[in-house]
Amino acid sequence: MNVRKDFPILEKIIYLDSGATTQKPRCVIDAIQKFYLEDNANIHRGVYELSQRATKKFEHVREQVKNFIHAEHSHEIIFTRGTTESINLVAQCLSHNHIQKDDEILISAMEHHSNIVPWQLIAEKIGAKIKVIPITDLGEIELESFRKLFTAKTKMVAVTHVSNVLGTVNPIKEMIRIAHENNVPVLVDGAQAVPHLSVNVTELDCDFYAFSSHKMYGPTGVGVLYGKTEWLKKMPPYQGGGDMIERVSFEKTTYNKLPYKFEAGTPDISNVIGLGVAIDYLNQIGMHAITEHEKKLLAIATEELKKIPELKIFGESENKIGVISFTLNDIHPHDIGTILDHENIAVRAGHHCAMPLMQRFNVPAMTRISFGIYNTEKDIENLIKGLKIVHEVFHERIT
Amino acid sequence: MNELRELYQEMIIEHGRHPRNFCVLENASCKQEGFNPLCGDHLILFLIEKNGVIENISFQGSGCAISMASASLMTDAVKNKSIKEAEKLFQQFHLLITENKSEENLGKLAVLAGVSEFPARVKCATLAWHTLKAALQNETQTVSTE
Repeated sequence: MNVRKDFPILEKIIYLDSGATTQKPRCVIDAIQKFYLEDNANIHRGVYELSQRATKKFEHVREQVKNFIHAEHSHEIIFTRGTTESINLVAQCLSHNHIQKDDEILISAMEHHSNIVPWQLIAEKIGAKIKVIPITDLGEIELESFRKLFTAKTKMVAVTHVSNVLGTVNPIKEMIRIAHENNVPVLVDGAQAVPHLSVNVTELDCDFYAFSSHKMYGPTGVGVLYGKTEWLKKMPPYQGGGDMIERVSFEKTTYNKLPYKFEAGTPDISNVIGLGVAIDYLNQIGMHAITEHEKKLLAIATEELKKIPELKIFGESENKIGVISFTLNDIHPHDIGTILDHENIAVRAGHHCAMPLMQRFNVPAMTRISFGIYNTEKDIENLIKGLKIVHEVFHERIT
Repeated sequence: MNELRELYQEMIIEHGRHPRNFCVLENASCKQEGFNPLCGDHLILFLIEKNGVIENISFQGSGCAISMASASLMTDAVKNKSIKEAEKLFQQFHLLITENKSEENLGKLAVLAGVSEFPARVKCATLAWHTLKAALQNETQTVSTE
């Protein structure tokens, strides 16, 4: 995969933190600038040509997103500020009528805080309960336990497609099937899946799918919520404001049609345009090629890391993509992070916004590397060299 | 490599692994928690203060080598000091780890001077100190340096 030339920033750093955010290819950076230089106007408003042009470009990205995740209708694609807002939107809107007092929401033990806290907020408000789907020591969902968690009170399942810590690709198609047998809708947090796998929301049959532009080589500040038409129609608006209305009077306001009902205010137009270019870029490379490339890196890195004594990897599912979290003896991840940073290697150290998962594995923190399309075997070599320096600093030797 | 050696000196690694005064003080007159939620460094400080003097001090917790070593060295440094002396020591220490300046001999605390080259780690080195300060001011809220 010969893409490094597209990422100017990589000349300066060995970047192993794509799970946090990916670097941006020059084409995305240029497109944002070009939009402001040539096409900037507010959308869905102006009668003038410039505004129409901006609107057309913006709406074209909705079409691109629809095709990218294989949704049926572009009105099922809602632009948000990110995965977090997408999930909050669904949680808040469903708390008005679908989820009620004493109802149960199922989430897994490997969720990111952004797929825990929005549900806790509404659960506390309305008196609903959160039940946790357990995971195995390998870092996989316990499907049998999941099946048994359903009761007549279960109203929602919210689960991640790919774990940001363990790298596990969850069997969400099967989970969605089980949930639907129980007449329960499913929200999938796809933030860590969309950049790495070809996602087909129609085939998965999920009710909601949330992801972020900035983890898929696009700009920050933009996210996507896919929702099935039937649910989006049933849900009340999330925020009020311009763009989401049809008619406003002081007595009564009627809301705009889908998807605009959920897009109050001026969206992040330039960055949505940037996301469109990122999708084109990914399509040019091909999602299949990306998955294969990252799987290869995962295999090499896992093998190399396992040679290091006292290094323990968390998340050893066979269905795993390019994320490796580990601990190294009793050396704290922040000390590892500082030493690697000194060697110009960027990794993530900490709880990865998944404190309950850290508790599940009984560690306060982990060091995580995560791959993107631009990583190479050389990056892994450098990482291993960096870890040898960690050992030297802490007076240990690795063979 | 030199900056790293400067940061992770022998004494820091040793104190990080085997912190001093690492226990619960059953008869503590004051107990204060320090927690940096983003990085996870966590400690609870126990104090016995009498007539403006820190008669005994201990801590428990977990975190990176810098935070644990700093807490360990701090407890050694402020034991049997007056509150005023401890506060002055904190000022001096802060100057050392942020600007690498020292006006007085800080004894063993000086091994943390290397932190000044790593601004992201100042919060690790100061967590115990801010927790001590809060304890001495009778604050009840958990302290964070993030």
